[in-house]
Amino acid sequence: MTDLRTQATEIHEQFSDQLDISVDDVEERLDTLVNEYKVPLSEARRSVTNTYLDEAGMERDELGGGAGSGNEQVEIADVDAPEEWIDVTAKVTELWDATSDAVAQVGLLGDETGTIKFTKWSKSDLPDLEEGKVYHLRNVVTDEYEGRYSVKLNRTTVIEERDEDIEVGSDDVTVEGALVDIQSGSGLIKRCPEEDCTRVLQNGRCNEHGEVEGEFDLRIKGVLDDGNEVHEILFNKEATEDLTGITLEEAQEMAMDALDTSVVADEMRADLLGKYYRITGPTFRRYVLVDDVEQLSDPTDAEAVLIKARSI
Amino acid sequence: MATTPTREVARRVFAGEFNDAHYTFKESDDERAPVYLLLPTGERANRVFIVGTLMETEDVGDDSEYWQGQVIDPNGDRYYMYAGQYQPDAASMLRELEPPAYISVVGKPRTYETDDGDVNVSVRPESITEVDAATRDRWVVETAERTLERIQHYQAETDEDGDGATVDEYVAMAQEEYDLPVENYRRQVVEALESLEAEEGVAAEAGDA
Ligand SMILES: [Zn+2]
Repeated sequence: MTDLRTQATEIHEQFSDQLDISVDDVEERLDTLVNEYKVPLSEARRSVTNTYLDEAGMERDELGGGAGSGNEQVEIADVDAPEEWIDVTAKVTELWDATSDAVAQVGLLGDETGTIKFTKWSKSDLPDLEEGKVYHLRNVVTDEYEGRYSVKLNRTTVIEERDEDIEVGSDDVTVEGALVDIQSGSGLIKRCPEEDCTRVLQNGRCNEHGEVEGEFDLRIKGVLDDGNEVHEILFNKEATEDLTGITLEEAQEMAMDALDTSVVADEMRADLLGKYYRITGPTFRRYVLVDDVEQLSDPTDAEAVLIKARSI
Repeated sequence: MATTPTREVARRVFAGEFNDAHYTFKESDDERAPVYLLLPTGERANRVFIVGTLMETEDVGDDSEYWQGQVIDPNGDRYYMYAGQYQPDAASMLRELEPPAYISVVGKPRTYETDDGDVNVSVRPESITEVDAATRDRWVVETAERTLERIQHYQAETDEDGDGATVDEYVAMAQEEYDLPVENYRRQVVEALESLEAEEGVAAEAGDA
């Protein structure tokens, strides 16, 4: 089967109970988008799915992964796109306090390849997961925010406890080097407040939603360089506050005093550039997302290098 | 689709080797193509990272401010850097800093011809930050390591075991343009590291007293 046909079949399965459509109908829509309008297949699939959701008057949450368990059993490190229906077998490594009534449980799932955040909605009416237990979770849907993936348990999810243990692994990378650049778009920024948008505003404008009242956030887009390789690194609000000691509130005050948000990035540049750091975190596209950062200020061992220098 | 151009690595090179370099080139005819300085150890440098002691600053501009900074490495060799109105942050750092001070500099190599026809190399800083002694010491060891790697690569490529053909294009270019003995740079590495150990020794003795 062609890619288009496979995708069309999957979409068709999701709506076969609600809508009177054929696989050919779905494939035709996909074909128009992909071959006539040059839309990437994943985007085309999203668009066609949204059209059918509207037609059926359904919410995305209500969408199953198709008849039976047609999903792929996925390892956590392989989750690399939002809005995909997958099955995972994983251990609950952490449970956190839910910050909203809409959320019944939130925490971390882990398998041999890594960990991922999960959210279970209150309205999905699912049994509680217990920390330290292993579950086979069928029909969870992936999501992404700022490059970090998560899975959502919804009312179509099937939870099966497994009598086994999993040695939870990590897909984090560690990189070291001098921080040689803090790029534009760092420091105190404003994000679009529209639901699921979160784009960074340029002069008060969102690329998608035009002029909006932005919400303040902190981040650093930096470049770590060891003389052989460069790594682009991304600090979210927490990591930025951690590294700089400047909280979001303090950053807003600094900007207000100076009548200019760029003072925040300027101060960060003056403090951080040209120093050495070790950074650990997951990767996303070309970025390493910073979970852990340590400034390298210990003396290094010159002796070993000197021995080598004398020997060649 | 537009792809993000790959960011150029900032090379680590002691001032002795840096100042021996004078040959620059581009990889394509495109006007915006990056300019590379060819290092005598056979590597191209579009950007450098330097940590050292700022020894002198001076406004050498005529009409507008044009700041020169001199940074010394452990061997006593100096990097020269220039920042004017197009590098306002670096220029204001050079205006405000009081030598001596440890600084780190990220910048681009630039060459210029002197009145008597020599080609000199300098740094156009992108950023200058004041740092501590530990950062400087780490840079010395790192620069020693990177330089040794280049030397070993150069030696492997130019090893005489038959046809003598050099495969690496930058090593070949360095032979062609400079033909300087890389042994000089190995000696600079040894001296730089020995000076670190000497400093440590002095610090340890001071601690014992
Ligand atoms: Zn928006």
